[in-house]
Amino acid sequence: MSPKVTEKIAFATLRAIAFFIVLCLAVVLWDIFSKGLPALTWEFITENPRRGMTEGGIFPAIVGTFYLVLGTIIFALPIGVMTAIYLVEYAKESWATRMIRLAVVNLAGVPSVVFGLFGLGFFVLFLGFGVSILAGSLTLALMILPVIITTSEEALRTVPRGYREASLALGATKLQTILFIVLPNAMPGILTGSILGVARAAGETAPILLTVAAFFLPRLPNSIFDQVMALPYHLYVIATQVPHADQSIPYGTAAVLMILVLGLNLIAILLRTYFRRMRKV
Amino acid sequence: MSKIKIEAENLKLFYGDFQALKNINLTMKEKEVTALIGLSGCGKSTFLRCLNRMNDIIPNCHVEGKLTFEGEDIYHPDCDVVALRKKVGMVFQAPNPFPKTVYENVAYAPKLHGTKDRASLDEIVETSLKQAALWDEVKDRLHKPALGLSGGQQQRLCIARALAIKPEVLLMDEPTSALDPISTLKIEELIRELKQHYTIIIVTHNMQQAARVSDRTAFFLVGDLVEVDDTEVIFTNPKDQRTEDYITGRFG
Repeated sequence: MSPKVTEKIAFATLRAIAFFIVLCLAVVLWDIFSKGLPALTWEFITENPRRGMTEGGIFPAIVGTFYLVLGTIIFALPIGVMTAIYLVEYAKESWATRMIRLAVVNLAGVPSVVFGLFGLGFFVLFLGFGVSILAGSLTLALMILPVIITTSEEALRTVPRGYREASLALGATKLQTILFIVLPNAMPGILTGSILGVARAAGETAPILLTVAAFFLPRLPNSIFDQVMALPYHLYVIATQVPHADQSIPYGTAAVLMILVLGLNLIAILLRTYFRRMRKV
Repeated sequence: MSKIKIEAENLKLFYGDFQALKNINLTMKEKEVTALIGLSGCGKSTFLRCLNRMNDIIPNCHVEGKLTFEGEDIYHPDCDVVALRKKVGMVFQAPNPFPKTVYENVAYAPKLHGTKDRASLDEIVETSLKQAALWDEVKDRLHKPALGLSGGQQQRLCIARALAIKPEVLLMDEPTSALDPISTLKIEELIRELKQHYTIIIVTHNMQQAARVSDRTAFFLVGDLVEVDDTEVIFTNPKDQRTEDYITGRFG
């Protein structure tokens, strides 16, 4: 075969595979939204479930997931960003830094159900938080910490050395340089990476199963020590534990969850474009 | 005879085991322009970065010998590096304005060092930009991004930014190597202006530039200071054969 033909075949194959990915997403989205959209009424998203979850809405689960996302951000973002700042700006190569990096990599490899079990043992029982928003948020935060640390590290590293040097040469301290020059420039990267991490946390079932999620709790939480329903777990429950539910209910729930996750991703993309435009003339 | 501003005595610098500066003895006088010339990797930039202790940020770098600024040892453990860098400003090889507005670039350091009120900052920004011969070009776009300026304008902005905290010494590390000839000329004119008020030490690969702007020239070769003298002497009647070879372009 002539190189030209090989080239053409290779190109066509690669393109076909790339389009296959798009196709996969399209099929998933079409399946969920075609079956779920009819269920998406105003009542569905604003009311409590009724009659053993076979009727009514999923409002408490939406609110629950919202609280969990918020809690996860509150815990994971500062810890993750501070770790990244330490690793990139302060840490010298030593056994201690190598250990931190190793811990981050391994934390990323821990299966999510193990996080759930850990959360149950540590936050729920040992620290006595009970099955609660607090315990669930902390567990999810722990799970997405590696993502936030890694993306923040990368964002910090892309800040040109020249900015740091210029600031230091003007008599700024290292901390001032980090706060006023490095962080503002790394923020777009940190935020977009973190939002993508949080979007993943929003859809996780295993970590919240043992730490926060309520099977059926048709009211809103009173405090961070309260249980809540959450979208991914609610989806699991009505798909497997409620025999007579109309199939539009789990699909409607899935659609809401997808809209939430895709919405978070969209915010990440918009933020990135916004910051990029800001830097240009 | 003007007074000695910076003095190096038997200054040695090591990157780990590698000795980058061998035994440097050099005095720089107040309100003079000293040019440091030599091949790439000869240690002239390293020497320059000792003068405001920018080498501190390089791991495994250590210095022996003595380096004094107005008689005070700047490598003494008690030396306040922040205070030193306020007095010894620096302009880098590639223009590196912050991705902020023109105004914010110049106001950055004064703000850090405690100037808060708007009127004083306005005045500092205007004076510094005028000193850097940039005011007329940017006065209508002070609040536009600095990265929108041309390369030469950006470098003059960096000079203005360094001048904003009223340093006594200005270190310039090949400040025109990334610029076109016209911008280079403007910076050189500026250096001649600035030396009325500042002590300037400039690293350059461009020998005509050293000849045009400096009062004294020091020639470095693989970590050694070969010769230092009045610029005119260095370029017309150098004492060392190696200096002559270098300035006549016979090095290779």
